[in-house]
Amino acid sequence: MPVTVESFDSADEAARALAASRSARFLGGGTLLMRAVNDGDQSFDTLVRTGDPALRQIRGEGDGIVIGAACTMAAVAAHRDLAFLAPVARVIGGPAVRNMATVGGNLFADAPYGDFTVALLALGARIDFVGQGSRGVEIDEFLRDRGRQASAPVRSVTVPRPRDASAFRFVKVSRVKPKGISLLTIAAFLPQSGGRLRGVRVAYGAMGPLPLRATAVERALEDQQLDAATLDRAAAVACEGIEPRTDALASGWYRREVAAVHLKRLLAGEGR
Amino acid sequence: MASKPLQFRLNGAEKAVFTRDGENLLDVLRRGIGDLTPKQGCAQGTCGTCTVLVDGEPQLSCLTLAETVEGRQVTTTAGLAQGAELHPLQKAFMDNFAAQCGFCTPGMLMAAKALLDREPSPTREQVIEAISGNICRCTGYEPIIDAILDAAQARGARQYG
Repeated sequence: MPVTVESFDSADEAARALAASRSARFLGGGTLLMRAVNDGDQSFDTLVRTGDPALRQIRGEGDGIVIGAACTMAAVAAHRDLAFLAPVARVIGGPAVRNMATVGGNLFADAPYGDFTVALLALGARIDFVGQGSRGVEIDEFLRDRGRQASAPVRSVTVPRPRDASAFRFVKVSRVKPKGISLLTIAAFLPQSGGRLRGVRVAYGAMGPLPLRATAVERALEDQQLDAATLDRAAAVACEGIEPRTDALASGWYRREVAAVHLKRLLAGEGR
Repeated sequence: MASKPLQFRLNGAEKAVFTRDGENLLDVLRRGIGDLTPKQGCAQGTCGTCTVLVDGEPQLSCLTLAETVEGRQVTTTAGLAQGAELHPLQKAFMDNFAAQCGFCTPGMLMAAKALLDREPSPTREQVIEAISGNICRCTGYEPIIDAILDAAQARGARQYG
């Protein structure tokens, strides 16, 4: 397939090349775009890439941690400041995929992929872009208009550092162990203050075309103590306002049936 | 379509080739250089039989843009044996009948090599995790896992290569 590859030393140069062409895509680790190239995808004719080391940095910034867009899942899993995200990175693909797939690329993965982005959505990550002096966007806004966001390469994602390790929880439900495609992913950010949940965010993956917030669950949890009654109320509204999709892995009906069970176990801190 | 020069080390030997724009590493290895040990299965990153090591870490060569390995070390199954002497992993695969149809074998070997280079005495769970991205459609996983564990044990007697 005729595809042109434009390689640049700096991310800024790559951003300018990407902005100049509507039929160009920004190449991260290749697990999505090289797959499309091999498949003969005609929706783009140019791949723009950079090896800029600035996109591979992981650093603390105030209460948050900035993860460069080109960081691989293996890099995330191995970084000591990102121990809370390691269980997420470790269930994405197999070892070879984790050496290639990037944090930035995961933002553009369609269901049933994109498990890392589910975690980022629950954590309320901020997405920053290369160049443009942009201030970045909240991940909710990013996902609402992902097509338009693709015109500038993602520079980094910034996540809050959970004060308490148990405040962030994640489960990927798949049929094949240890590596399977997600039929449901749940990420929950459950900060507590004075014994009550404050600022709860719960996100699902593979329950729609893109990761989405479980807003009814969040309302059921907010300002509550994480006790048995709260768990029941949250589980009762697990799929409120959500139409889970049917694909080769599971029917929408099945996803709806099991989502409440997995949500309740996750909130209760039970292993699967 | 533009051709680009590419230089890297393949199994310790310097290689200089021309790649087509958008060409993946698997095609460069097989068509450009003639190393037919990495196989093309799905070309979608699902089956793992194209697994090679880039700077010692497993990658899927079918999804690796060839020019990204410029100046790097690539290892394939062709680089395992030393002359007539098989690599301990290859010998263990033979002894354990770990190759049935054989199509997944090169990917399994490279995934296993990456594991043993990092973790010389892996647990069974670590072996299962290490080959989790490699599909054996004969479903012959048990002999493959046994072979990798045996190769790790054989290392106890002499230095693993």
